[in-house]
Amino acid sequence: MSLMHDIDFTLNGVRRRATVRVDMSALDMLRETIGLTGTKYGCGEGECGACTIQVDGVSLNSCLMFAVDCHGRQVVTIEGLGADEASTRASALRDAFVEHGAVQCGFCTPGMMMQASHLLDRHPHADAESIKRGIEGNLCRCTGYKKIVDAIVAVGEGIAP
Amino acid sequence: MSVSEKPRFIAQESLIGTRVTKMDAPEKIEGKTRYIHDISLPGQLHAKILRSGRVHARILSIDTRAARALPGVHAVITAADVPDQRPIGVVRDHLPLKGDRVRSLRDEIAAVAADTEEIAAQALSLIEVEYEDLPLLANPEDSQKPGAPVLHDDHPDNVAMRFEYSHGDVRAGEAESDVVLEDTFKLHYVTHCCMGVSGIIVEFDASGSLLMYSNTQVPFLHKREFADYLGMDPSRVRIIQPPIGGGFGSKLDIYPFEVICVFLARAAKRPVKLLFTREEEFLASPTRQPVLLTLRSGCKKDGTLTFRQVHTLHDNGAYTSWGATTPFVMMQTFSSLYRVPHCDYHTVAVYTNNPYAGSFRGYGNLQATFAIEQHMDMMAEAIGMEPLEFRLKNAQDAGEVTGQGMSFKSCGFKECLTTAAARSDYSRKRRENLEQRQSGGPVKRGIGMASMLHVGGGAKIYPSDGCGTILKLDDFAHVTLITGASEIGQGSETVLSQLVCEELGLPMSAVTVVNNDTAITPWDVGVHASRTTFIAGNSAIGAAKKAKVKILAAAAKKLECAEADLDLRGGWVIRAASGEALLDLPRLLRSLHFSDKAELVMTTFYYEPPSVHQDKAFKGDVSAAYAWATQVVEVEVDTETGIVRMNRVTAAHDVGRVLNRLGIEGQIEGGVVMGQGYALTENLLVEMGVMKNPNFRDYKLVTAPEIPEMDISFIESMDGEGPQGAKGVGEAPAICVAAATANAIYNATGVRMFDLPFTPERVYRALAGKSEKLCWKPE
Repeated sequence: MSLMHDIDFTLNGVRRRATVRVDMSALDMLRETIGLTGTKYGCGEGECGACTIQVDGVSLNSCLMFAVDCHGRQVVTIEGLGADEASTRASALRDAFVEHGAVQCGFCTPGMMMQASHLLDRHPHADAESIKRGIEGNLCRCTGYKKIVDAIVAVGEGIAP
Repeated sequence: MSVSEKPRFIAQESLIGTRVTKMDAPEKIEGKTRYIHDISLPGQLHAKILRSGRVHARILSIDTRAARALPGVHAVITAADVPDQRPIGVVRDHLPLKGDRVRSLRDEIAAVAADTEEIAAQALSLIEVEYEDLPLLANPEDSQKPGAPVLHDDHPDNVAMRFEYSHGDVRAGEAESDVVLEDTFKLHYVTHCCMGVSGIIVEFDASGSLLMYSNTQVPFLHKREFADYLGMDPSRVRIIQPPIGGGFGSKLDIYPFEVICVFLARAAKRPVKLLFTREEEFLASPTRQPVLLTLRSGCKKDGTLTFRQVHTLHDNGAYTSWGATTPFVMMQTFSSLYRVPHCDYHTVAVYTNNPYAGSFRGYGNLQATFAIEQHMDMMAEAIGMEPLEFRLKNAQDAGEVTGQGMSFKSCGFKECLTTAAARSDYSRKRRENLEQRQSGGPVKRGIGMASMLHVGGGAKIYPSDGCGTILKLDDFAHVTLITGASEIGQGSETVLSQLVCEELGLPMSAVTVVNNDTAITPWDVGVHASRTTFIAGNSAIGAAKKAKVKILAAAAKKLECAEADLDLRGGWVIRAASGEALLDLPRLLRSLHFSDKAELVMTTFYYEPPSVHQDKAFKGDVSAAYAWATQVVEVEVDTETGIVRMNRVTAAHDVGRVLNRLGIEGQIEGGVVMGQGYALTENLLVEMGVMKNPNFRDYKLVTAPEIPEMDISFIESMDGEGPQGAKGVGEAPAICVAAATANAIYNATGVRMFDLPFTPERVYRALAGKSEKLCWKPE
């Protein structure tokens, strides 16, 4: 029998509690305990980026984070992206992903969006080469990345003063 | 302008060739799409499969008592529990649950359905299996040797399939050749790496009907196969396809995990969900088939091709899936990409204890093209001709019927060649790179080209290559397009909607697509052979045209004019000559519906392409159209490290006509990068039947910083049979990249590489003259 632990954290702007197994990943908690399925399992070992979320403003692979480590933190998933003051950029990213054709099967897309939004928050003026570096940890098998990069570049330039 | 206000004239606008955004993109971007992984049914159990972990062994005993006794376990099955199981697969050589013998590392021994995944995993760990190891057959080259282990008793020669094709007389061709080349090429294991792992949810309803939530690319073939398998009436098998996390051909066959999940649901009398882990996805998914290929080619001094003789040895793996049948496609490339008067092709696919090969985007064509297009460069060099000129001299034209009976009605091959060469400045760069081979620093630049031919108008493999459409217009002129064609991320629902809107003069927002439920959708053979836009597109257009005839007939009656004077545009019936708006379409539809002779505008259409099945000699015009492409790859080779950097790919594709520019660019970019992975980074390492790198850390997919600059040109040959002139494109872009890369590396370094992939170590060794020598020779 696994040990259970109570945690208290903010998920997509809403404070909440959860009782989780101590060996549970944040990914499993989000998908199974809480029922937010926008965050995807792609590999379970931090290699594909499909499970990218933002914790205290930093993007990370939720499959490598223990659920208990969410305690006391601000967690944002794809379902809550853009709910806060950065919403202009998140909304611009969504539009750009549509307009530039950055989506095919879409399985990598939520993780890609989380990473792209984090990247532009940190580096609003990032050029195409830095954007490619910035999404290096997010695998996509359909698009060949070009349209994803184009979409992120378009938003970066669009918001730059 | 308010909705009800009548516009006077409506200008003509076409959606064809425009950049139409993907219909399901917004929901995917917001994480709202429910993939199979995201679906849970009430009362659902979780399944896991115990795999052998042995490469070749006899099963002495299986003890499941402890697993069955574990609280939370609802069903445990082994071969002994399902006496009604029968072999599955292309030649029915694969039992889902193995009872007496395992032939590969992935083989299924037992399966558990439990309340949670954790309990299922724990139950697996309690199952005890005793094995006795058997001699191993790890190399296809060894399979034909005397005393080789026999993998399937009913195939004592270890041969799963043979293909023999011939046209002309290769001896005569060789006799008139000035140059004859023979080389052996070795193609490696790669796998699909769909981002969404495989999965299935199975439920038997109260009446005993089978409901499967499945990611199959061939729902109607699956429906029939499962009904047959379970001895059920096919009308009681229903398949719902949730959105799919990548296909690429991986989901064309029936697999053991699907059958096992059905058995578990039957045993547990509860819905059962089974998802792979990523490691399992690597271990138990099909691969692209490894091939050892010996090509003998000849030409005359003036650059005329004389003959081509091919022997290939395919590693079938332990069981037979579609990988064994890729010679169907390979032989087309050998016989018909160029005009070759004499061609022989011999293939043998042999059993080994390795992972078994399935279908994968390109279907044997990457392997065939890799060999042919290197030989084209080598022969050009041998006779002192420019590679481009040599190809142009032998390239097919529209109107040709090849030795294999393929009839090229539209053919933009030569334009693909000249366009890709011109846009990449191929000839000048090739000469400059040659001059700089000996001088300068350790990093050498290279440029190489390769071309391809692939089916672009379906492929008549099954009894029908057709697709059905049901089209419904409601009271508000909203269209429901019910199509047999599955959406697997490629954008079929968008392009099909576009074709319907083009016929009916409606905006994209007027269409809802239903394409994922065999209880609703009409028959389709499946997503394969780059066929969906062509076949389902023609089907959708056929249904839309019938709807248009109905609508215009009703309008003509109302307006007391000839139907030919009317057209549909912008949601209105217009006067065709002037564009004058005459009748509001929703109002017209309502008046039909609510009249005395009440009528709904609903139509059906089944499109069967005008292609034929090949005869027993593999001859016949198997596709209604053929796609062509030339790609030029530019690389930098670091001769000190062996690192090959792909800088630029210039692609020219004869696509018939561009329908959705955004979608087709995405297909080509994605295909090129998949081809880049095949050429440079991806390598499924299988040693003595054991997969060494079943994870993304050690199986290297291309990442964003590595992608080349891509320059894409579309050659619009306007195919007469294609929907709005279009041809298939799905597989084409992945096919040429490895071949062109090999030619580019040669241009840079003067070293020919016949084995894939071009990883740094292998390139370094080749440059140092230390590449492994191949020993296999065809008889």
